Amino acid sequence: MKSTLFNMVAVLFCITLIASAGVGGVYQLTAEPIAAANAAAVTEALRQVLPAFEETTEQELTLDEMPITVYTATSQAATVGYAVKSMTKEGFGGVITMMVGFDMQGKILNVNVLSQAETPGLGTKMAEPENVLLKSVRGKNPAEINLAVKKDGGDVDALTAATISSRAYVDAVARAYEAFTQVSGVGVDIDDPTGATDAASGATETMSADAQEGGKDE
Amino acid sequence: MRRKEAKMNKLQLILKGIIKENPTFVLILGMCPTLGTTTSAMNGLGMGVATMAVLIMSNFVISLIKNLIPDKVRIPAFIVVIASFVTIIELLMKAYVPALYATLGVFIPLIVVNCIILGRAEAFASKNGPFDSILDGVGIGLGFTLSLTVIGAVREVLGSGALFGYSLGVADFMPLIFVLAPGAFFVLGYLMVLFNKYLKK
Repeated sequence: MKSTLFNMVAVLFCITLIASAGVGGVYQLTAEPIAAANAAAVTEALRQVLPAFEETTEQELTLDEMPITVYTATSQAATVGYAVKSMTKEGFGGVITMMVGFDMQGKILNVNVLSQAETPGLGTKMAEPENVLLKSVRGKNPAEINLAVKKDGGDVDALTAATISSRAYVDAVARAYEAFTQVSGVGVDIDDPTGATDAASGATETMSADAQEGGKDE
Repeated sequence: MRRKEAKMNKLQLILKGIIKENPTFVLILGMCPTLGTTTSAMNGLGMGVATMAVLIMSNFVISLIKNLIPDKVRIPAFIVVIASFVTIIELLMKAYVPALYATLGVFIPLIVVNCIILGRAEAFASKNGPFDSILDGVGIGLGFTLSLTVIGAVREVLGSGALFGYSLGVADFMPLIFVLAPGAFFVLGYLMVLFNKYLKK
């Protein structure tokens, strides 16, 4: 069709009007299902890192200018644990978000990486079940171990050839613990050195074999 | 007889997108998503299928409205149509198939800037009827999907010793470079050579 000023303006106006009406309409239609799907995803993520619970109350914090959400899980009016949705911007591929579950004393129950954009085959291993990072923090209390990768003199085994991703992982876990202490009031000076410490040190022993292997490949 | 010939032509419309005008190996279009997303066979397949869905719809709509659009503003008009479809698909996926969105979500916004879509709108849909445009979308979409899946599969096998996420048990001996950016160029280059030597006659 031949272009004139009038028909160009008119056609573009009509097309953008129809397109935005279409997008707006679909947005309205899908707003509720999307919210429901997101809520379901959060509940699922909580279930993976917490003991059985009935209800959660959430609390928004800002640590290092990043939004951190702490979920306090209760069962029969008693608090059973805390889950922290933590994040870091230190990843090799940008932002990493994760859900970290803590018990009442601050022991890490489980870590579930929610989103990451690390290098496939290297840093992405952090999101896999039973990966080295998860194994070296699960069951530990961040107050009792040196929460840093082995290369930096800490107690956490890094992923092979993914030191930056591993540091980011540790950074997010540390931030989660900080949020946990703020909300729960459990301080660094906890006095429960009995069972937990024994279990933790036993686990550290078995971990060290992996650690050497990981360190060599760096 | 005539009818049969017409049928053949329709089939050829689809086939030419897979071999003769394969968008990745022959037309060399859409290199950004090709190189960026093919770290595994599954990612390649996902990107291909998502692109095909948008391509079919945008081809169809553009062929319907092509006579209403003044020549000088056709590209902005096409972009608005394509971007709207991409947004709508993204919203629908988020709402009704969140699991699929979790795996493909990162690729969806990339489709807007995929030049295959705009390229086919310009080269085909703006000159042909709606039905032919849909077939062209199916053909080019299948060609793109197959190419990306093959590149992804080769990179996944060579780089991480797995195929479609199933470990082949040789992960430790594989050169990691194939899942990284340089590997994308190596694999794409060699596959392009092989494709043009043996398939595109």
